Amino acid sequence: MTDTDARFADLAGVRSSLADVDYLADDGIAGIVYLADRLGKPILVEGPAGTGKTQLAKSVAEIIDARLIRLQCYEGLDESKALYEWNYKKQLLRIQAEGGDAAWTEVEDDLFSEEFLLTRPLLEAIRATDPVVLLIDEVDRVEVETEALLLEILSEYQVSIPELGTVEATQVPLVFLTSNGTRELSEALKRRCLYLYIDYPDLEREREIVTAKVPGIEPNLADQVARIVRSIRQLDLKKDPSVSETLDWARTLVLLGVDQITAETATETANVLLKYRTDIDKAVKEFADNPEELAGPAA
Amino acid sequence: MTVTDLPSASGGADEPLLDLLSGFIVELRNAGLPVSLTENLDAMEAVTHIPIEDREAFKYALGATLVKNHSHWRAFEVVFEVYFSLRGPEYEIVDGDPSAPLSDDDDQDPQMPGQGGQQGGGGGGMSALTPEQLAEMLFKALLQGDDAMLRALARQAVMRYAGMEPGRPVGGTYYLYRTLRNLDLDGMLDRLMEATREDAPAELTPLEERLERDEFDDRMDRLKQEVEAEIRRRLVADRGVEAMAKTLRKPLPEDVDFMHASREEMANLRKAIYPLTRKLAVRLARKRRHGRKGPLDFRNTMRHSLSYGGVPAEPKFRFPRPAKPEIMVVADISGSVAAFARFTLHLVYAISSQFSKVRSFVFIDGLDEVTRFFEGVEDIGEAVHRVNTEADVVWVDGHSDYGHAFGVFWEKYGKDVGPKTTVLILGDARNNYHASQSWIVKEIEHRARKVFWLNPEPRAYWDTGDSIVGEYGTWCEGVYEVRNLRQLEAFVEKLV
Repeated sequence: MTDTDARFADLAGVRSSLADVDYLADDGIAGIVYLADRLGKPILVEGPAGTGKTQLAKSVAEIIDARLIRLQCYEGLDESKALYEWNYKKQLLRIQAEGGDAAWTEVEDDLFSEEFLLTRPLLEAIRATDPVVLLIDEVDRVEVETEALLLEILSEYQVSIPELGTVEATQVPLVFLTSNGTRELSEALKRRCLYLYIDYPDLEREREIVTAKVPGIEPNLADQVARIVRSIRQLDLKKDPSVSETLDWARTLVLLGVDQITAETATETANVLLKYRTDIDKAVKEFADNPEELAGPAA
Repeated sequence: MTVTDLPSASGGADEPLLDLLSGFIVELRNAGLPVSLTENLDAMEAVTHIPIEDREAFKYALGATLVKNHSHWRAFEVVFEVYFSLRGPEYEIVDGDPSAPLSDDDDQDPQMPGQGGQQGGGGGGMSALTPEQLAEMLFKALLQGDDAMLRALARQAVMRYAGMEPGRPVGGTYYLYRTLRNLDLDGMLDRLMEATREDAPAELTPLEERLERDEFDDRMDRLKQEVEAEIRRRLVADRGVEAMAKTLRKPLPEDVDFMHASREEMANLRKAIYPLTRKLAVRLARKRRHGRKGPLDFRNTMRHSLSYGGVPAEPKFRFPRPAKPEIMVVADISGSVAAFARFTLHLVYAISSQFSKVRSFVFIDGLDEVTRFFEGVEDIGEAVHRVNTEADVVWVDGHSDYGHAFGVFWEKYGKDVGPKTTVLILGDARNNYHASQSWIVKEIEHRARKVFWLNPEPRAYWDTGDSIVGEYGTWCEGVYEVRNLRQLEAFVEKLV
């Protein structure tokens, strides 16, 4: 399946336009977005929470000026919430309005027409005529059986409705699926997607992200934030600080008017960065490991 | 694997690349990565869109189509390096002549003569430098974080110090060790820290110092990676792609054998266990909730029928709530099987919410209950560590004695084994020719709901030498070979 009207001219273009909307992509991310467009395949984005998986879809939608259709997955999601549903109340009204003198087959044909169809995100994305980006968020939350719902859409870009027939996409939408990896997704789903793992960014990228996303931050502070976060991630923690937590922390520091992080400020604000008691203790211990530190450095 | 007669989608790429790719994919499969045919075709198509010259993007493009599990990424990277390391102009081997005498074995002689005849590679006349100058340049590059310089220096260092000879059947680690030893990186870190301290306008706070140290550690890691990559490139040039890929082939994290894991593999295993337990817990909880449907719940159905005017239109079922088993883990933690016991304890406790109660015992020739280490502890890893260091498990000589350990268990805790208890015994049943006391296992089996034996040894070794797993096994509900995380996961799922 090749996409005829490519959205991106070349690879460098993807990267720079992502940067324009303040999404700092590395080579991998930009390359795969470009590839997804060219191959007409969905992207399955995995990675730790808070590394910008959902944001990627939003940013791409912003770049190509497309409508973002979002399907938030949860346990118990079913066809009627994801694909389509018949508006049975309206159907009921239709039957009553008829008053019983019309031929049954006529009413039946009428009942299962588009007029009575309620489109849900997946069908909506397929039927859209304007450019859309479909985001299927946290796909690992649905049950394995429900995953099968997605397969037809992801490979053929079509939805089969027994009463109506098959609805085919007028255009191949860009599709992003995100997963936090709480369970292994089925092989069938993975096979249909390009796989992108977004890990915590390296030092330079994290610094750039902090600078771009936190207004009014001094370059020096941004650098320190990024370095400390990197050091913290090297500890053996229950939950490493995510990018969004890094940003929260940087904002906190800016609000507090800190321009130089000391061990003291770091330990006092550690609860913004880390969310588990044991993790905070560990980090604080690590930073106050030095005996001189306990005496308190010059603030 | 026929690649030459692919659909026209791949027609744009030239044949050599496709050949290389198909070899690459075969190697990935050999390394254990599940690459399906469609994924293969996707990769072929992907490379027509991304030029091989853009190596990073090319790598990610292949990765995105072929690797669908992040824990396999490392294995993919290694194979990729081997297959594509000689591609692209800037990755060619600098001296171009592997037969040149690179191996001045005379580390004693610091005034090594330059080996002329190399050009380019970012390091112009680097070969004319004395080792002191080279070390000085390396120091500067590390201090400033100059990546291009580091790469050039890494190459130079490999050329000089690794002493690589074509056809010599030595592994890459040997060359790596030689190169790094000559670069003396331990001293380097102290020097770097000193230089930073001197340069700093004010005295560094301990926090700053720590951050600087982490930064330099990071840079040195990068240097090591460069050195490693260079050695690999040279080895590939010397031995050919297939041979090299074969020597570098390593088991995937979930297939690493507990009993023979290297230190690095152990570290990877530890990292792998946390996400694994989380996944397992979610899956098990879900299974419990969405299990089979039970019998019709008449009351509930009638109640709901009221909203349909008394017609029981919506049958309601009673969901079975299977009782959570009570678990007793009895683990041998003597040297050879300690790692296995550690992982199993970790896993069992991580999903302890699936059991009504978990008690654990460890033994070598004596036996000790270690449940207390896990009580109210958030960090299971820490608790497991304490088990290994603090539990009182030596009776006479610290050699496994299953018979005696079982005897103690039966005497002290035998009365706690009840019809709800599932007993897991972990160990290789290598009893050092002591008395087996297998009647105890029989008694336990009698009283308990189920008894399982998990053996970390390959099945072929069972009942050889002093292993008497067969004798104990007769009294167990099942004896399972659990050599790696994959098998452990499968067993635990069955257990619940």
